[in-house]
Amino acid sequence: MDSLQDTWVYLSASPLFHLTLTLAAFQLASALFEKMGRNPLLNPVLGAVLVVVAVLVLTETDYGTYFEGAQFVHFLLGPATVALAVPLYRQWQRVRRSALAIAVSLLAGSLTAILSAVLVAWLLGGSEAVLASLAPKSVTAPVAMGIAEKLGGLPSLTAVLVIVTGILGAMLGPKVLDMMGVVDWRARGLAIGTASHGIGTARALQVNETAGAFSGLAMGLNALATALLLPMIWGGVVWLLGS
Amino acid sequence: MLGYLTLILVCQLAGEFITGALMLPVPGPVLGMVFLLVFLMLRGHVPERLDQTADGLLRSMSLLFVPAGTGVILHFQLLGEALLPLGLALVVSTLVTIAVTGLLMQWLGTGEGAEKGDG
Repeated sequence: MDSLQDTWVYLSASPLFHLTLTLAAFQLASALFEKMGRNPLLNPVLGAVLVVVAVLVLTETDYGTYFEGAQFVHFLLGPATVALAVPLYRQWQRVRRSALAIAVSLLAGSLTAILSAVLVAWLLGGSEAVLASLAPKSVTAPVAMGIAEKLGGLPSLTAVLVIVTGILGAMLGPKVLDMMGVVDWRARGLAIGTASHGIGTARALQVNETAGAFSGLAMGLNALATALLLPMIWGGVVWLLGS
Repeated sequence: MLGYLTLILVCQLAGEFITGALMLPVPGPVLGMVFLLVFLMLRGHVPERLDQTADGLLRSMSLLFVPAGTGVILHFQLLGEALLPLGLALVVSTLVTIAVTGLLMQWLGTGEGAEKGDG
């Protein structure tokens, strides 16, 4: 009995356990998502995160220990981003034909993402550090964290806001686009990718290849646009809000 | 399979190296995506094995965000303190951004290349 207990204590802190936990939680959340007719509100990322967080809280495991196992999954984000070139290549003719429409829509979306978030949080009394952490939230995490730091925000808070934004976009995006009558797959993908980076793109890829390619493109372009634009306009934004 | 996984890693490594050395404001993997796109343009088609490798990575892309998402446990307290401004800002901004971008792209991009569907 003692050896059973010892083995459990050893295994529950091992990378193998937390890697398995991550995969199992995702399988569980995906199965629920499929069973409920792929309802976007039951986003598998959200479901899996809730399960993992619950297990970590119950077993009093700190995030660092968890990440030792989960890093093997996390690492694949980079290669997956590179692999987005494949659907993008397949859609390249279509991307080129609508290059101007993409550039204008993306720029408008990028500015909307920044200004609307900052405005709402400011109206509700968010501090300047909170506003600066929030401003780059639609951009993929590593870039958003770098921008937040430049603006005087908290990069680690930004990382969380980025993930939540991604999940919200994947959950609510399809419904909003239906309500607005946006039926063009290119427009649907571009909108999801601009607002909710990789998490939105992962969802778009499951639904339609055109949407996935345009979403991946928007994710990359919005990272670039926000990184260039936001530090330039931030002084003006802060001055306007008088904070 | 392994050959193309290596190619993908080489693209990412080159992307990380160049963005780091030149301090470019894009993430290394995004520049790596551009490199792989250039490779495909030079090849003129997607090799079948590369297609399988990329598909394997992309099909389970959602899973890859779970470890980063779990990082939320580091910020329970901070999130609790600013829950209303942060939560409402994220929801409103995400909805408005998706609507503005989608409507504008559909309106500007009418005609050539449009492909309709629902889902």
